[in-house]
Amino acid sequence: MKKLSIKHIFRRKKPGQVAKDRLKILLISDRVNLSPEMMELIKADITKVISKYMKIDTANMEIQIGKQKPVLYANIPILDLNKQGSLNV
Amino acid sequence: MSEVIVVTSGKGGVGKTTTSANVGTGLAKLGKKVCLIDTDIGLRNLDVVMGLENRIIYNLVDVVEGNCRVKQALIRDKRNPGLYLLPSAQTRDKSAVSPEQMKKVVGHLKEQFEYIILDCPAGIEQGFQNAIAGADRALIVTTPEVSAIRDADRIIGLLEANSFGKMDLLINRIRPDMVKKGDMMSAADVVDILSIPLIGIVPDDENVVISTNQGEPLVGNDSPAGEAYLNISKRILGQEVPFLPLEKKIAFFTKISTIFQKG
Repeated sequence: MKKLSIKHIFRRKKPGQVAKDRLKILLISDRVNLSPEMMELIKADITKVISKYMKIDTANMEIQIGKQKPVLYANIPILDLNKQGSLNV
Repeated sequence: MSEVIVVTSGKGGVGKTTTSANVGTGLAKLGKKVCLIDTDIGLRNLDVVMGLENRIIYNLVDVVEGNCRVKQALIRDKRNPGLYLLPSAQTRDKSAVSPEQMKKVVGHLKEQFEYIILDCPAGIEQGFQNAIAGADRALIVTTPEVSAIRDADRIIGLLEANSFGKMDLLINRIRPDMVKKGDMMSAADVVDILSIPLIGIVPDDENVVISTNQGEPLVGNDSPAGEAYLNISKRILGQEVPFLPLEKKIAFFTKISTIFQKG
């Protein structure tokens, strides 16, 4: 228990950085009037579609709405391009 | 040529009225003819911050409704000859004035003043719409807090949607000691998030409370906030003024206080 809390303190992000990170996510949904839940749904659907054709790293994928203009950016790391064989549609 | 500047923030309590009072006074100290307009109908405060609350006879609503001429409602500042205040009404609400009427009043004042500063109420409702109607330029006031920055972003979005011209960011109540420790967002972080040009950083300074208590704007005084506000006023005039080195200043003060503590 004690060990865990010490670990926790060392790993903790600075409050200033926490605020910045929270704001970034908050403003993306504010700007396009899209809730974070909706973003998750979009993310899940994109994952589903792309996974049909290639193996992707879902843990490290990023989906964002642009800051200046409303553009949807998707950064999806590919793990394996050759998934054609496993396609069973 | 005159410029009409609206001081707005979305969130309440971040320092719109303090900024209006100090920037207006600062511009007057720099030799400009300035008119401050309190557009917060029902919750007037700029008169108190300016220390002019005992001189109000007519107000903005009286002007709009034709009970008096604009000139009769203007209050001359105690100290600065080029500075006037058009106070708000305390017993009415925001619906007493329309954006068109506001534009008309501002248009009239443009003939006599070089700078017109509109102190905007909090919120994004009619009071905000009235305040931005006649303005050419906006000072967006925020503090380094999540809630204030979120509201500032919303305001920026609304102004952009109205194809509003010039917008500048003023970051108020920065605490350099907390920024240094990573406990508060830095000015650079806030600018990065809101991505509009920065016009000034005002450090958290107890002298602001003292000056508000006394009804005397502190711009130009020998205090961190007083200096910051004078620099902002100069930047509004288009002068290039370097940003104050906040960290250094605090470090110096802490050094002095530690010496005293030791002694």
